[in-house]
Amino acid sequence: MKSAQKSTLALLAATVLGVLALSGCSSTPDTPAAVTEGSRTGATTGATGTRGADTSGLPAGTNRMPATVQPATESNNSTATSRIDPALTDPRSPLSQRSIFYDYDSFVVKDEFKTMVDAHAAYLKRNPGARLVIEGNTDERGSREYNLALGQKRAEGVKRVFALLGVNESQVQTVSFGEEKPRNPAATEGAYSENRRCDLRYAGE
Amino acid sequence: MKKYCIDSLRSLFVRCLVAATVSVSVVSHAQLSIDIIGVGSQQIPVVVAPFAGADKESQLVASVIEADLNRSGVIKTLASAGLARLTEPNADSYSQWSGRGADAAVVGGVQAIANGQFSVSFRLLDVPKRAQLTGFVYTVTSNDLRATAHLIADAIYEKLTGDKGVFSTRIAYVAKSPGRFQLVVADSDGANATTIVSSVEPIISPAWSPDGARLAYVSFEGRKPSVYVQNTLTGERRLLINAPGNQSAPAWSPNGARIVFASSQAGGTQLYVADANGSNVRRLTNSGAIDTAPNWSPDGRIYFMSDRGGSPQIYRIAPEGGNAERVTFEGSYNANPRISPDGKSMVFVRREGGREALAVQDFASRQVQVLTSGPVDESPSFAPNGKLIVYASIYNGRGVLAAVSADGRVKQRLAASGSDVREPAWGPIPR
Repeated sequence: MKSAQKSTLALLAATVLGVLALSGCSSTPDTPAAVTEGSRTGATTGATGTRGADTSGLPAGTNRMPATVQPATESNNSTATSRIDPALTDPRSPLSQRSIFYDYDSFVVKDEFKTMVDAHAAYLKRNPGARLVIEGNTDERGSREYNLALGQKRAEGVKRVFALLGVNESQVQTVSFGEEKPRNPAATEGAYSENRRCDLRYAGE
Repeated sequence: MKKYCIDSLRSLFVRCLVAATVSVSVVSHAQLSIDIIGVGSQQIPVVVAPFAGADKESQLVASVIEADLNRSGVIKTLASAGLARLTEPNADSYSQWSGRGADAAVVGGVQAIANGQFSVSFRLLDVPKRAQLTGFVYTVTSNDLRATAHLIADAIYEKLTGDKGVFSTRIAYVAKSPGRFQLVVADSDGANATTIVSSVEPIISPAWSPDGARLAYVSFEGRKPSVYVQNTLTGERRLLINAPGNQSAPAWSPNGARIVFASSQAGGTQLYVADANGSNVRRLTNSGAIDTAPNWSPDGRIYFMSDRGGSPQIYRIAPEGGNAERVTFEGSYNANPRISPDGKSMVFVRREGGREALAVQDFASRQVQVLTSGPVDESPSFAPNGKLIVYASIYNGRGVLAAVSADGRVKQRLAASGSDVREPAWGPIPR
């Protein structure tokens, strides 16, 4: 059973091009923001340019400040940080590797990430309570809206690989940040290759 | 505000400036300054004579009018130093103006009247014919002096060119400073920049409702991209729909009743249509590919980009669904279509040889004209008169806004100090 699943992954990865040398790919994902909807608060700065009341027509007390939105803390997440499995962060384990990198405009998971993806799939199957978010990202080239969709396609592709390896779909969620959260903000090929990635983030991390 | 036509003294109540100018709550740090970096080959020479009356206010109004006219690229204002401050022309002034080569002249004044109000008047004069083309008197508060100057510039521009002026419009954009994203609304000249949303998470894809009262945009504040709709006057905002996956790329229907957007709620990114309040969500496309960046044409059809044919190209589809029709055929990456206000052409981003530039396609002739040279020009948005296109560009390594005339001849750059600016959306002409 297990070898059949692995060969499926190998088949998926067979379309892959040459191996890309990676640098710094074992770093942890970006600092997580909140899962919950951010609450709207009042402005932090004073109103310096209010128009005369004659132009407003607003009921008294209407808030004309800009909405300052802040991602809330992950207080709704019951799997507190204290319950993070140390196996996930052991630097000797492929489970500590959390990023999959891509070729330009591609969503194919390359062969070099097979060991790492296998390890995460096995972990998720061993730990049915574990929950994983796959965050898709792109480099800055091209349309922001298209890149948001491309990042989603990358994340969905990884989720599909996990499913083929027998991971319960309910354990895995996907999201895309498109080109908006680059790991390296430089406009160089090297930076672009760091930014075309999926980051794996377990609940509670 | 009251506005009177000088010709007939027929009083007409203009539905005040509320829609145009309100809701300035916080002046943003991301104030734009504008550099004109190219002009049309045929410019109308106009002299704006120094305005009479209250010093500070008359200078403000005249300078805003002059800057607006120059920014259009099709009008060139002549030196006004040494000219008399007049509210009405006389024989001497006409010969002075024609001596400076003016085809048209603007005279006017700003007088303080009761209750802190001002009377602002102007006349636009045909210099060779020595005749008045138009003229108005406005009664306004000091807060509305700039807006009134924009209205005057709009009237002058329309009289001289035959096209609607867009100086009274607003532009929304995103300013990014370290660790902060701000959605900003500013006057078309960059003044009165006001932050309407501020977040540590990215904000992208702002889109004005056709009445200019609301902005739809994508915020990542909920740990994923979601579409929000915000009233720019009251600040009231809400999530368009609460659904699994990413919601992105909102665009309004021509009557403002519906919003088309991209959603990954069923896995891949596809187009959906909802009422503007988020109800009646219906899936529009079923391609199995990426469908996104929709724009609703005045003729009712929805244009969007899709890689269903192998590379990202532009397609159109009826809002009821059905078969999509491919619109672009040249090039291997055509993105973010925006339909001109008359529905006859579209501007889009073409990626070619590692450069992203704006191009315009005429629907009747199918001819494509490349408007800009890149290397990174994106997110185009038509001015409501269809004559100018604002877009995001990179200059000296920083995000700036730029504008190009729809014929590619006039170019200008709008830079903000201290932040990267991007994602411009040109608002409608205030009603």
